Amino acid sequence: MKILVPVKRVVDPYAKVKPLADGSAIDTGGVKFEINPFDEIALEEAVRIKEKDPSTTIVAVSIGGAECEEQLRKALAIGADSAILVQSDAEWDSPSIAKELEAVVRAENPELILMGKQATDDDCGQVGGMLAARLDWPQATFASKVELQSGVARVTRETDTGEETLELPLPALITTDLRLNEPRYVALPGIIKARSKPLESRPAQTVPLLKTKTVSYASPPARGAGRKVANVDELIGELRNKGVLA
Amino acid sequence: MSRVLGIVFVPHESAAIAGFADAMGVEFDLLDLSSGANNDVGAGKVLQAGLTDIPPADACAKGILEPAKGYTHIVAVSSMQSKDVLPRIAGLLDAAMVTDAVGATGPSRFVRPVVAGSILATVEVLSEPVVITIRPAGFAKVSGRAAAPVEAISLPFEGKSRRIEKQSRGGGRPDLTQAKVIVTGGRPLKDAATFESVIGGLADALGGAVGATRAAVDSGIAANELQVGQTGKIVAPDLYIAAGVSGSTQHMAGIKDSKVIVAINKDPDAPIFEFADLGLVADLYDAIPEIRSKLNG
Repeated sequence: MKILVPVKRVVDPYAKVKPLADGSAIDTGGVKFEINPFDEIALEEAVRIKEKDPSTTIVAVSIGGAECEEQLRKALAIGADSAILVQSDAEWDSPSIAKELEAVVRAENPELILMGKQATDDDCGQVGGMLAARLDWPQATFASKVELQSGVARVTRETDTGEETLELPLPALITTDLRLNEPRYVALPGIIKARSKPLESRPAQTVPLLKTKTVSYASPPARGAGRKVANVDELIGELRNKGVLA
Repeated sequence: MSRVLGIVFVPHESAAIAGFADAMGVEFDLLDLSSGANNDVGAGKVLQAGLTDIPPADACAKGILEPAKGYTHIVAVSSMQSKDVLPRIAGLLDAAMVTDAVGATGPSRFVRPVVAGSILATVEVLSEPVVITIRPAGFAKVSGRAAAPVEAISLPFEGKSRRIEKQSRGGGRPDLTQAKVIVTGGRPLKDAATFESVIGGLADALGGAVGATRAAVDSGIAANELQVGQTGKIVAPDLYIAAGVSGSTQHMAGIKDSKVIVAINKDPDAPIFEFADLGLVADLYDAIPEIRSKLNG
């Protein structure tokens, strides 16, 4: 079984970022970059599948500039067997990423795609569904449990009101939610060992024709400063004054 | 000429879809996949699919293609349901997509939060059709307009995936995304029973919904569908009471449109006090019973 795990390089999800003063971009100066945390969960799940079935191969793929190699090396350290960098300094939106990933899938022929439900930088959550549609593969988004059995993925996924279980014939695409697993900590030997694993850089097969473009970035309006109340009586009085408590 | 099709998964969603169409300044129709969308929102027509159950995303997206033909904007309220189905529709149509729009200026410019709501991005849509999910807090809720004609429609749902189990945990409380009052608990609640009696008890006393932080859900004391924040539910009640919640950026991203935020935390330095309109430094096990007794008094 071959599993493809697309990974995205994102600004450290725990860093506080702001727009540049002219609103032209997000100021990422001095901020670290990481693998999108949901993609890391996808990698972890792939590694757990491989631990049960050692014949599994895991291929990580990223689309972007040479700097994405850093995240692909991390993916190899987590347990991917090989990595592909679709090297491009162009601007990509979700539909164009889905189109390029489709080309990667056609070349690599995985039976399963595991990927994050959204990236924590743009919070779009679009590529999974778009890619599954392009491939005409069944999908299970927001997975909290994945079981593979002879040609079928049985996926428990989170819903607005609880959860449900879907059966998907393979090949299939699964997007991961927070509670699927807790990614392992990668120790130094793993990172060193990963240096010898293959990381192939290849040019994009498609040209990104943007369907959306972000034209400006701004800070959201700040909430007015609040204050502390001394006790429960004052709290209840204030809430009644504000008309939110009967 | 823009033509908006609003996809309704839950009856009340039509109200915010109408508000969105108003903000764009265009007319709209509804494709109703729910048990019966609110039909007092000024739609041109309502296509009623008569479903008892919404099929998995592959079948659902394919089934919607035919009625979606000719529309320039395919819109639904942000939810896990819409975020499952709409990207797939966009993929089938090779369409542009905008997730979580909170503002619209005309038919091709939308405002949406990025990086856990710490930045608002203005997105220009360069091609049609465009698929959009909207956050209701950004738009007026329309009601009281004349009913639109309802046409029954039969959708050809065909897909490869099969639903074998479904569990909904309603519990009789209001839906988080609709509630006027939400009481949310964090990890300091020591177990599921305590969470339910303390947080659930105050929520019931206020006629509100129960929310939970990611930490509370991860530690198993609250159900996953209660999670509020960047990767959970985005809420905008009149009153949001956070008890034992430290106030991570990811959590605050989900509550910032609340009218009044109250924080109860025994740590006076908890970050949530910087956001809360009203902060009470107190042990929640003391403060919540006291609030309940004084509400009754």
